[in-house]
Amino acid sequence: MKHLNVQNISQSFGENHVLDDINFSIEEGEFVSILGPSGSGKSTLFRIIGGISEPTSGDILLKNKSIKGKPGSISYTPQSPSLFPWRSILDNVLLGQEIVGKKDRKKALQMIERAGLGSYEHAYPYELSGGMKQRASFIRSILSPQSLILLDEPFSALDEFTRTDMQKWLLSMWAEHRRSILFVTHNIEEAIFLSDRVIILSQRPATVLKEFNISFSRPREEELLLSEEFIELKKEIYQEMRLSHA
Amino acid sequence: MRKLLKQGWRPILVLILLFIIWELSVIVFEIQKWLLPAPSEIFKIGVAEWPNYYGHVLATSKLIIIGFIIGSSIGIIVAVALHLVKFLRLSMYPLIILSQNIPIIILAPLLVVWFGFGMFPKILVITLVCFFPIAISLLGGFQQTDRDLMHYMKMAGANKKQIFWKLEWPSALPYLFSGLKISATYSVMGAVISEWLGASKGLGVYMTLASSSFRPDRVFVAIFIIVAISLLFFLFIMWLEKVVIRWHSSEKRDSNETS
Repeated sequence: MKHLNVQNISQSFGENHVLDDINFSIEEGEFVSILGPSGSGKSTLFRIIGGISEPTSGDILLKNKSIKGKPGSISYTPQSPSLFPWRSILDNVLLGQEIVGKKDRKKALQMIERAGLGSYEHAYPYELSGGMKQRASFIRSILSPQSLILLDEPFSALDEFTRTDMQKWLLSMWAEHRRSILFVTHNIEEAIFLSDRVIILSQRPATVLKEFNISFSRPREEELLLSEEFIELKKEIYQEMRLSHA
Repeated sequence: MRKLLKQGWRPILVLILLFIIWELSVIVFEIQKWLLPAPSEIFKIGVAEWPNYYGHVLATSKLIIIGFIIGSSIGIIVAVALHLVKFLRLSMYPLIILSQNIPIIILAPLLVVWFGFGMFPKILVITLVCFFPIAISLLGGFQQTDRDLMHYMKMAGANKKQIFWKLEWPSALPYLFSGLKISATYSVMGAVISEWLGASKGLGVYMTLASSSFRPDRVFVAIFIIVAISLLFFLFIMWLEKVVIRWHSSEKRDSNETS
């Protein structure tokens, strides 16, 4: 059974055609990245999967049940950490649970500890660095009861080294919790390094150009980024995207 | 308090300077006492007649506090109602602004005609001046809610009630407090004006009496007491803001230290 099934999604706003017949799926426990140029309608797609916009046509299935127009069916990590400034880190990571179900403080404290944010559980977000905020935001998603996590370019605002650290941290968290992840980025390297599968979107109106299976063994280390196969694959994807860009 | 002194010494110095100029002018130009008393004179009267003032201060303070609490509650209710119900916002918002164009001084005697000399017309006057800054400020605060946080709440499946209590209300709190600060000073004015209309006790009554019996020294004492009450009230709201909004004040503290 597919965990998430995106079926023939099209979206237009009047004359403006944004998404054109998008199809893809995610297996249980799979890490899938969507790679697309900026302005390709990724956020529109996310609003549809998240249930806060209705597509012009098509359907979204989560474990074979339609979640079209039903918010709260997936867990969401936004581009900016979006922590609530008046909540402590502990209360922030509990927010997802608070909205749809029961709070589990003990587990939350454990996760905070594991994420290297121990001793910060009662701090306010402004006391944390960018990377720490992003980690807290991701913990909030993992703690949320929904089984599929949507990550919207979560590392785009971080510097190169923090970004690499965060990617490795994300992979370790994923390995531990085995949730299905849909990750959106416009960074080719990031997409290959993290994913089992990379889906390439075209320019507007966006449609699925191609899918790449990434078969590098896990756990993956930074050295992989410099290996020949990695660079070969990066080239291939780059050319694919370049072609559609012209 | 130390911070207050640190930043407040300049205006205090200017104030002292003004008092010295005032004192000297009265002496040099030999101004009559019933025209303009010297500050030292006012101070003397204030100390000597304090037992007389005491009752008036108490009555006015009580009126201010009751009026302020009712006025700000109504301000909050109006803002929340207008925010949550779009139809109300569209139909009522212009009328609320209109309500502030009514000259209170003219309206107040009418209120007495309608409702008598009791507490009610006075509270009504204070409420009328108090609710407006709070309602407008809070409503603006609701509309300033962070879009990213709102997007998160919607994606997480939050309902309207959750969005309001977990996001919109706390994020509008700083705006509520700026409204409360303005209303705090307005409510003092409102109380004094409402007492002019007729009351048995209160600084407003005392002022009218002193003024009509040509005792400017007493008028000035009353003015200084009113200013002091306003200031104290304002500082109290500021303190309350610091206690309630900890996540903001600490950021402000940081930026103050660096500037």
